[in-house]
Amino acid sequence: MSDRLAVRKTFKLYLGGAFPRSESGRTYAVTDARGVFLANAAWASRKDARDAVVAARGAFGTWSGATAYNRGQVLYRVAEVMEGRHAQFCEEVAAGEGLSAGRARAVVDAAVDRWVWYAGWTDKLASVLGSANPVAGPFFGFSTPEPTGVVAVLAPQRSSLLGLVSVLAPVLACGNTAVVVTSRDRPLPAVTLGEVLATSDVPGGVVNLLTGDAGEIGPWLAEHDDVDAIDLTGAPPAQAMELERLAAGSIKRVLRPPAEEPDWSADPGLSRMTPFLETKTVWHPKGV
Amino acid sequence: MTTSPLFEYAPAPESRSIVDVRPSYGLFVDGEFVDGSGETMKTVNPATEEVLSEVAVGTEADVDRAVRAARRAFTRVWGPMRPADRGKYLFRIARILQERAREFAVLESLDNGKPIRESRDVDVPLAAAHFFSHAGWADKLAHAGLGPDPRPHGVAGQVIPWNFPLLMLAWKVAPALATGNTVVLKPAETTPLTALLFAEVCRQADLPPGVVNVVTGAGDTGRAVVEHADVDKVAFTGSTEVGRSIARAVAGTRKVLTLELGGKAANIVFDDAPIDQAVEGIVRGIFFNQGHVCCAGSRLLVQESVHDEVIASLQRRIGTLRVGDPLDKNTDVGAINSAEQLARIRELSEIGEAEGAHRWQPACDLPDRGFWFPPTVFTDVSPAHRIARDEVFGPVLSVLTFRTPDEAVAKANNTTYGLSAGIWTEKGSRILAIADRLRAGVVWANTFNQFDPTSPFGGYKQSGYGREGGRQGLAAYLRGAS
Amino acid sequence: MTHVLDPGTLAAGTRPGPGPGTAFDDVTRSDAALRAFLHGLPGVDQVGAEQRAATLGTRSIKTTAKAWAIDTAISMVDLTTLEGADTPGRVRSLAAKARRPDPTDPTAPSVAAVCVYGDLAGVAKEALADTGIHVAAVATAFPSGRASREVKLADVRDAVANGADEIDMVIDRGAFLAGRYLEVFEEVVAVKEACTRPDGTGSAHLKVILETGELVTYDNARRASWLAMLAGADFIKTSTGKVSPAATLPVCLVMLEAVRDFRAATGTQVGVKPAGGIRTTKDAVKHLVLVNETVGADWLSPDWFRLGASSLLNDLLLQRQKLRTGHYSGPDHVSVD
Repeated sequence: MSDRLAVRKTFKLYLGGAFPRSESGRTYAVTDARGVFLANAAWASRKDARDAVVAARGAFGTWSGATAYNRGQVLYRVAEVMEGRHAQFCEEVAAGEGLSAGRARAVVDAAVDRWVWYAGWTDKLASVLGSANPVAGPFFGFSTPEPTGVVAVLAPQRSSLLGLVSVLAPVLACGNTAVVVTSRDRPLPAVTLGEVLATSDVPGGVVNLLTGDAGEIGPWLAEHDDVDAIDLTGAPPAQAMELERLAAGSIKRVLRPPAEEPDWSADPGLSRMTPFLETKTVWHPKGV
Repeated sequence: MTTSPLFEYAPAPESRSIVDVRPSYGLFVDGEFVDGSGETMKTVNPATEEVLSEVAVGTEADVDRAVRAARRAFTRVWGPMRPADRGKYLFRIARILQERAREFAVLESLDNGKPIRESRDVDVPLAAAHFFSHAGWADKLAHAGLGPDPRPHGVAGQVIPWNFPLLMLAWKVAPALATGNTVVLKPAETTPLTALLFAEVCRQADLPPGVVNVVTGAGDTGRAVVEHADVDKVAFTGSTEVGRSIARAVAGTRKVLTLELGGKAANIVFDDAPIDQAVEGIVRGIFFNQGHVCCAGSRLLVQESVHDEVIASLQRRIGTLRVGDPLDKNTDVGAINSAEQLARIRELSEIGEAEGAHRWQPACDLPDRGFWFPPTVFTDVSPAHRIARDEVFGPVLSVLTFRTPDEAVAKANNTTYGLSAGIWTEKGSRILAIADRLRAGVVWANTFNQFDPTSPFGGYKQSGYGREGGRQGLAAYLRGAS
Repeated sequence: MTHVLDPGTLAAGTRPGPGPGTAFDDVTRSDAALRAFLHGLPGVDQVGAEQRAATLGTRSIKTTAKAWAIDTAISMVDLTTLEGADTPGRVRSLAAKARRPDPTDPTAPSVAAVCVYGDLAGVAKEALADTGIHVAAVATAFPSGRASREVKLADVRDAVANGADEIDMVIDRGAFLAGRYLEVFEEVVAVKEACTRPDGTGSAHLKVILETGELVTYDNARRASWLAMLAGADFIKTSTGKVSPAATLPVCLVMLEAVRDFRAATGTQVGVKPAGGIRTTKDAVKHLVLVNETVGADWLSPDWFRLGASSLLNDLLLQRQKLRTGHYSGPDHVSVD
């Protein structure tokens, strides 16, 4: 060990492709699993959430309009860049979740692999979920899955990296843009993930990461008229019903929270993509 | 243009003697017609205001009875039944609907006010087709791409609207039964009769008691169905406002929900469109079923360079629409379904005029009794006008213009709805590019208002979620389905 | 329900409007210009057009409307015989039927015209003298149109000289399909000129047969309609009757839209004649409904709408008898042709 004084990192929000502090100027102390201070994280406000929705909406056209191949490559690139920061993620996950180095490594591995898995899905969705419709008339009809739009994600509170990736990657693979409220007590891997995303060809605004309290920001996102869907996975259990009620105001698609946080290492299937896909059906006459 | 004064079509009324409307109806619960425990309501013929029948208003207790029956049927009979046999029941229902098609068509037109030409050629055949198509799914669900062993939810509570009473019943009941669910159906307050006739079809088909239950009533009855604790799945078609309250009501429960709500579809006409067919499509888009269609093409977006030509053509064509007796086989536009809906159409039309849009209506004689509103076109409509934003749900078209494809897309998407859209152009690549960019669940290119049981239907944005029809539509009724 | 028919108005040679010459001179100046114009016409979506025609086909025409429609249809019939075996005797017999279709009922109207090959036009003219019933002759190497222009023009002149006051010409479908639009146009113009009677008593009316069954697409039917109207056609006619499909409701719809638009653009009204394949009263009534709801009352007379048919007339008469007597009749109650 050298006696050099380390340069500490400032943990900020990731919003519209930039790393601002909260507009509120608020921060909160983040500790490790044993309560030892790790860093001050930005404590996102409702206005940060509002800005994040604007950024996500602005990025939706580009991201949803990109070819599936392109989106797949970008998501794969996220995996590549994450791999390069493997040690840092291990450290942050181990500290935040109180895992052994070996367990932390397994979690980070799984998180990287999850990006790879979803990267491969982008150009399969249309053929798996779409259809040519054999209508009873002189028409060609087809149905394709399309992204829902701007998805608010209340990320899992416990699994700060694998859980986060498991809820974020499917949203992106479908072509949606995301406003994510990270685990409140374990936000540091999310901030580092933001840095990975910023250097992985993910266009600014496609992912917006807000560190802070899902209980505080959640209602603003649930009620926001320009948010198309909300994933309540990390919502405070006592608040989930209220958030779903608020989401009803603009007919949001709601992914309800599981009874308890699931084992994120399990194969997710399509279950985290179909809630954030719309089916578009197109008809055209067949004539000469 | 006016049609020939020489060639006036003599009245060609479809005989109503084929239907036997009883003076009163109870509820259909557990395979029997039973009295309701509450009040009754009158259902009227909107074309004449004649009272057709008195129908029970289902109470909470009635709904509870129906849900219990549905649960029993699910647990004991319908759930355990061999899927192929479930399919056979649906095939039977499809055949009976075909056999009794004329009866259903006449009854639908009587109760709803829609022209017999549409109930005969669209509603009833499509309803039968929906059952026929879904019947085949019953024993093939493992191949639907929803996992190896998708399971039904259990009891489905379904609330349907008055605009396509039998067809919406078919869209709800056929997939629910094919996937092994049982049903408690609440038809619309103003159009309960074909659902009650359908109950009779279920009996003719020897469908096991409790598999389909029909509880008539109004909003409170619907709420009782939606909120019943033992309902597993809720499906609703109707207004966005009611959709919101239903979404709130099921929040925090285990019930799964699909919603098919309102719309304000843009029908985009480019300058290279096949104009005559586009005009037909515009007419079909907004005057089909008196415009009581959630996916109606209520906003005509026409390229400025052909605006005058299209509007002139459209007005000439609208001048030939025959408005009147729904049972006359030559009627194109029938009656508005209710006094309440007529009041809303009138109100929004007056607002349209007050806001500065120009109202045009063809000369047409409307009957003295009943609920009527002539085909109406508003030109000079701005995107800020309420008639460009609110769903009128009537024969009222708002015309807006655009100059470039980008502007067309921007204006088309400038709505909180996202159910359907139309594109008219001869240029194939433009169709595909525009269809890609429209945020709507159904895009009709060079056609409009086409429906098919194999074709998924449903909205983006505040037009709801979930699909009806096609393989995708099955997902709404299966658990563990992704 | 009777109606006023004055087939004489057609012979008077009135052609309302200023004629197409002025507005569209430019488009027929060159092959390229004509091609650009015809290809610039709005396309026809096949499915949409067929759907529209099918919907109109479901109109239910009953009682008084049906009676009117049957009589109107009879008055619009171009009673046709175009067989290699035609003889003066057969033409005379047809003329007798044209004049009084139902010998048992003098209230039955006479037909609009008798349509024959040019060499028999004189026989028809003689048999129809003073009836007001027109003599139509097919010409221009009917039905294929495969002959040199001089032969076609001679064919026309001969028919006119024989007494035809209506000429049913065929366009050169080969040239049309090969894109030689100006050639087709010029031929129609030349035929139109050849319709002029040498004695200075005016001109035979020109019906231009598009033979839509060979043009195949509705886009082509619309373009050919415009081409024929620009060249001076008095009527556009679907078919020779020798090619299947002949007249269909959707193709008639497209042609009606063309005459409607042509009048709106030029002020000139052109007639439409579906021919071939219209065999039943039901078919005829569907066509009248199509006229009624596409172009309206202005076209609902034999001056502007004809039905080219042979067996149709007997079915119209049988239906007419049924309406009058209230019971069904049989083929022995109408005359064989």
